Amino acid sequence: MVKSKIKLQTKKLNVWYGNMHVVKDFTLKIPEKKITAVIGPSGCGKSTFLRSLNRMVELVPGARVSGEILLDGENIYDKDVDETEIRLRIGMVFQKPNPFPKSIYENVAYGLKVRGITEEKKLRLLVEESLKKVGLWEEVRDRLNRSALELSGGQQQRLCIARALAVKPEVILMDEPCSSLDPIATAKIEDLLFELKKDYTIVIVTHNLQQAARVSDYTAFMYAGKLIEHGRTEEIFERPKNKITQDYITGRFG
Amino acid sequence: MVKAKTCERLGFWSTRVAILISLSITGYMLFYIISKGASIISWDFLTKPPTSGMTAGGIFPAIVGTLLLVTLAIVISLPLGLASAIYLVEYSSKESRFVRLVELAVYSLNGVPSIVFGLFGMAFFVKFLGFGTSLLSASLTLSLMILPTIVATSVEALKSVPDHFREASLALGATKGQTIVRVVLPAAFPGIITGAMLGVGRAAGETAPILFTGAVFYMRGLPTSIFDPVMALPFHLFVLATEHPNISKVEPIQYGTALVLLILVLLISLIATVIRYRYRRKRKW
Repeated sequence: MVKSKIKLQTKKLNVWYGNMHVVKDFTLKIPEKKITAVIGPSGCGKSTFLRSLNRMVELVPGARVSGEILLDGENIYDKDVDETEIRLRIGMVFQKPNPFPKSIYENVAYGLKVRGITEEKKLRLLVEESLKKVGLWEEVRDRLNRSALELSGGQQQRLCIARALAVKPEVILMDEPCSSLDPIATAKIEDLLFELKKDYTIVIVTHNLQQAARVSDYTAFMYAGKLIEHGRTEEIFERPKNKITQDYITGRFG
Repeated sequence: MVKAKTCERLGFWSTRVAILISLSITGYMLFYIISKGASIISWDFLTKPPTSGMTAGGIFPAIVGTLLLVTLAIVISLPLGLASAIYLVEYSSKESRFVRLVELAVYSLNGVPSIVFGLFGMAFFVKFLGFGTSLLSASLTLSLMILPTIVATSVEALKSVPDHFREASLALGATKGQTIVRVVLPAAFPGIITGAMLGVGRAAGETAPILFTGAVFYMRGLPTSIFDPVMALPFHLFVLATEHPNISKVEPIQYGTALVLLILVLLISLIATVIRYRYRRKRKW
């Protein structure tokens, strides 16, 4: 089904919160430099699935994970794997824009400084490069030292993407990145996604079916913790094989 | 309908009267202390030691003593309290029995009368550890007394930092420690400082904890080491008001001391308010 190289894949992935079985036997291949959308009704485990891909799920008290997640063939849940290394290679953008209460510059430089990069020239260069990639450079170049919280919601979200790009990840996870944005800001982010997939593998969780249809190459439909159907986006939207997928896509439930 | 409106008016007026009463009592107290103490305040009063059996001269050693006591107390209790708060909020699971026990202990400690801290300080620091009646013993006792305040306010300050800041930092490959130092603490800073200032204000005004542990009525010169005893404003006031034979002569000094103490504590709360206000304007989460 999938021709391009597989960047990330889950094998029999299960996630529990205490006694709640949230993600069930999830096996999915995520191709490199493509956009994979994960769709499904609220509470079906989409966000939990996404958060298991960079081990953020482990931060929830009582969370348990079984199965494998292979990044370039290597299980990120292996005992000797450092989760901070994984999060460097697999970046994340959240539902609500969440810049730090610091300057625009400090926000983008954060991940680099944490990595021990302190050379001012290098930092400046990488910050500029990241802001250019998200199309924010022209808008903020004169006020890099102003608080990031002064930016509009859409600008904040692009800043958060720039912040994630600065540490040069290979995969970017996006958890409903446009759900709190207006249509114009949403369109900008969607345009940005097309640019980004030239260099990055993107997994996006979305509530918005039109968005999934517009931006993604592959779509995975999730229902009650299970992967129901997965394939090329056109196929999922035009010729879904499964009855539940069809009902969801046609808006019979949501 | 008329009845409900009358009730409403009555309720409104009773709250108004309540506020008037508390305001006027505070106002009268301030007026009383200022009117009795203001005349004696002078440069000499603030910078000279007492003379002629405490009936003349200034209160300089007591001012310095109080500043030393509170500085040392906060230097001891802030790191201790903040570290405990960080452990409670960031590292322990919220429902664990241990955390509940610590929280219970902190709240109970907050309710312990200050004289009990004074007695404990005398038994433990002065006698058992052999620090004697000294600046060190008194500061340690004060730091114990304000520790619960520091822990409780720091816990609140850390809890008020939204989790999405922590998530953003961790998702960028930061460790938990880096996240706390670089994101959580700066965001919690105004709350932590407010708590520290509250503690300092309380430590500056208390007499009981230093009564048996380090305060003396009179000493020649200033303390030269942490093992020397100190003079302190609240203790000075206490002794002048209760033990001095020549009441009429020391009365102005007594009110002057009260006024200086009051201004000192007000100044500390003012600093805390300014810091909090400046930070609050900047934050928008």
